[in-house]
Amino acid sequence: MNEVTPQGDRLGIVVGGSLTKGMEVKLDSATPIEEMAVGRYVVIKGQKSRFFGMITDITLGATNPQLAITPPDVSDPFIADVIAGTSTYGSIHVVPMLTISGDAVSLLEGPQPVKTVPAHFSVVREASEQDVETVFGREDEKHFYVGTPLDMETRVCLNIPEFVKRSNGVFGKSGTGKTFFTRLLLIGMVQKKAAANLIFDMHNEYGWEGSSEGGRSVKGLKQLFPSQIAVFALDEESARRRQVKTDCIVEIGYDEIEPEDIELLKDTLNLTQPAIEAVYQLARNFGEQRWLEGFFKLSGGEETKDLLDRLSIHESSYRNLRRGLERLRRLPFLVHHARENSVQRILEYLDRGMNVVLEFGRYTDVTAYVLVANILTRRIYAQYRERKEAAMGEKKAEPYPLVITIEEAHKFLNPAVAGQTIFGTIAREMRKYNVTLLVIDQRPSGIDDEVMSQLGTKVAYLLDNEKDIDSVLMGVSGKTELKTVLAKLEAKQQALIFGHALPMPVVVKTRKYGSAESYREFGFRDAAELKRKAEEDIKGLF
Amino acid sequence: MPTKIGEVIEASTGQFVAECYELHTPPPLGSLVKTSDGDVDIYGVVCNAATESIEPNRRPIARGKDEATEENIYRQNPQLSKLLRTTFDTLVIGHGQGDELHHYLPPRPTHVHSFVYLCEQDEVCRFTQSLDFLPILLSTRAGSVDEIVSACLRQASCAHDDQRAFLVRSGKELAILLGGELNRLNAILRRIRL
Repeated sequence: MNEVTPQGDRLGIVVGGSLTKGMEVKLDSATPIEEMAVGRYVVIKGQKSRFFGMITDITLGATNPQLAITPPDVSDPFIADVIAGTSTYGSIHVVPMLTISGDAVSLLEGPQPVKTVPAHFSVVREASEQDVETVFGREDEKHFYVGTPLDMETRVCLNIPEFVKRSNGVFGKSGTGKTFFTRLLLIGMVQKKAAANLIFDMHNEYGWEGSSEGGRSVKGLKQLFPSQIAVFALDEESARRRQVKTDCIVEIGYDEIEPEDIELLKDTLNLTQPAIEAVYQLARNFGEQRWLEGFFKLSGGEETKDLLDRLSIHESSYRNLRRGLERLRRLPFLVHHARENSVQRILEYLDRGMNVVLEFGRYTDVTAYVLVANILTRRIYAQYRERKEAAMGEKKAEPYPLVITIEEAHKFLNPAVAGQTIFGTIAREMRKYNVTLLVIDQRPSGIDDEVMSQLGTKVAYLLDNEKDIDSVLMGVSGKTELKTVLAKLEAKQQALIFGHALPMPVVVKTRKYGSAESYREFGFRDAAELKRKAEEDIKGLF
Repeated sequence: MPTKIGEVIEASTGQFVAECYELHTPPPLGSLVKTSDGDVDIYGVVCNAATESIEPNRRPIARGKDEATEENIYRQNPQLSKLLRTTFDTLVIGHGQGDELHHYLPPRPTHVHSFVYLCEQDEVCRFTQSLDFLPILLSTRAGSVDEIVSACLRQASCAHDDQRAFLVRSGKELAILLGGELNRLNAILRRIRL
């Protein structure tokens, strides 16, 4: 094979291992073990192809067990030099992930998943910038730059059209950088025009303006791409106070709330199972659209008692339900009848390829979030499904791909409700109808296993709960190795990304967001710059 | 031209004994010497040296009771330098044919009465570029092998520009060869450190 790429530094040689467990590499004595780091890339040069892999563990070894009992006098630098790499040595554990063959066919197809291992004593080198670029692609109309690998300048790019084909997840402890990365992903989708986004923005961070941990404000999507983002708000007053340019105020009518929505709120409203049963009974009695209105009208007198008896609803269930639903009534955006059809408005925007951010303003409690997200999504889902089916039947244009971003995903996707909520359905099967999810959560273990296993690409920031780590890595090959990598991530701005949109797992230092320079990289021009450019253009004209 | 220091008086494939032309001037322990069997240059490491009577049954007697200095003894008894001789033992560690050097035993032993030369520094440097001779040295049955090995490496290191790098390289080779014998390794390393 002709070596066309400049090589990285030689590290050592392969001395054993297996495809499932990874390769054992003995480091050369000249390789300083302290410069190795888990998550870093190496290239193993086999006889026919090169293997691209990741360091997942670093160990110290000694040829003679006696060395540990009577250590040599390493205070003498000469003896220390002699012993290093001979009697004592460092070794690294490398999981080969991809093969890069040298022949023409494979050059076209790009790196392939590994199906074999390099022979004994194959030379292991650090991956060069070019190797990394071969694997992760370069920025183009499909690839979006999300960060750089550890200690390298090369850009790791996500294949955005592939990314939006599946539901995806961003996980990590609070304060690790989930929101910043989600912003990046959203910008990627907006820039590459791969999908329309509907973002349920619980903490008002994506639409107009967000803030970094230091309290500095950072631009939201609307500021960067004003023509492509529409901000919908539930809380008009809060939006006005924050000087957000909203496109629409969302209201939800009682007639839009269905029994399934209440079932989803069972835990947050503290409802009992009989109370939920009662909701269905009431819906049967009053009709799907009028049941809530009807329920609120119940005065508690004889008439109510008769109705409860007729529907065989127990008094205590009624009281429980009453307490719960009163909380809903206090939400100001819930009205008897909405002035305009919010879903229709959102769909109109999405149809034009615009992205919609729904800000919750002050209503940051989970009840409002879960209720609104569920109601809107269920109806959008129904529309998409209809259109896709029409497209299949009559060869009409397919609906534009839609990505729905939800935070606190475990509230919608926990094992108890994932089977019933619309989000569970989307995560499992809506890919067929061009709708996918981007879930953001800090407790991935709270999300239903079935949903987790369907997520295409996962971005994991530092997690230290064993259950969370297990749940994020569920079903991934080389899980134990990745676990080490995941647990050793830095507390901020380092993430392990793996899954569908990337050829192999990668630890990245995420792309900068928040500085003037970073905005410029996204194509943003501030007013002064735009003015200057306009003046130049005018000069050019005459 | 290398210095001629003696002549082979006993030869076998693995070692030879040479007599020095000058009394009391054997090559230093561990130094690289060279002889020839006509076609092949044979290289060896000095592993022992001795000065004794040429007649094994006649041991020298003390003569200096009334002399002020040791030199006076030899001056007063000029026959001594003829009755005594200095010999040195050499372990064969390689040979050379033409420009090629081989770090293993030659096909045939050297001839008795072949001249023995002390290798020049550049030849020592060339020969010790490869350390493949170390296993021969380490496996020899001569006494105090470790002393010979360390003396040899110390001598050879002087011929290299980067003395320390050579010694570290040799040390690493020894660490591999003596993987199971930590105490021996430590003893040699202590003897060759700068």
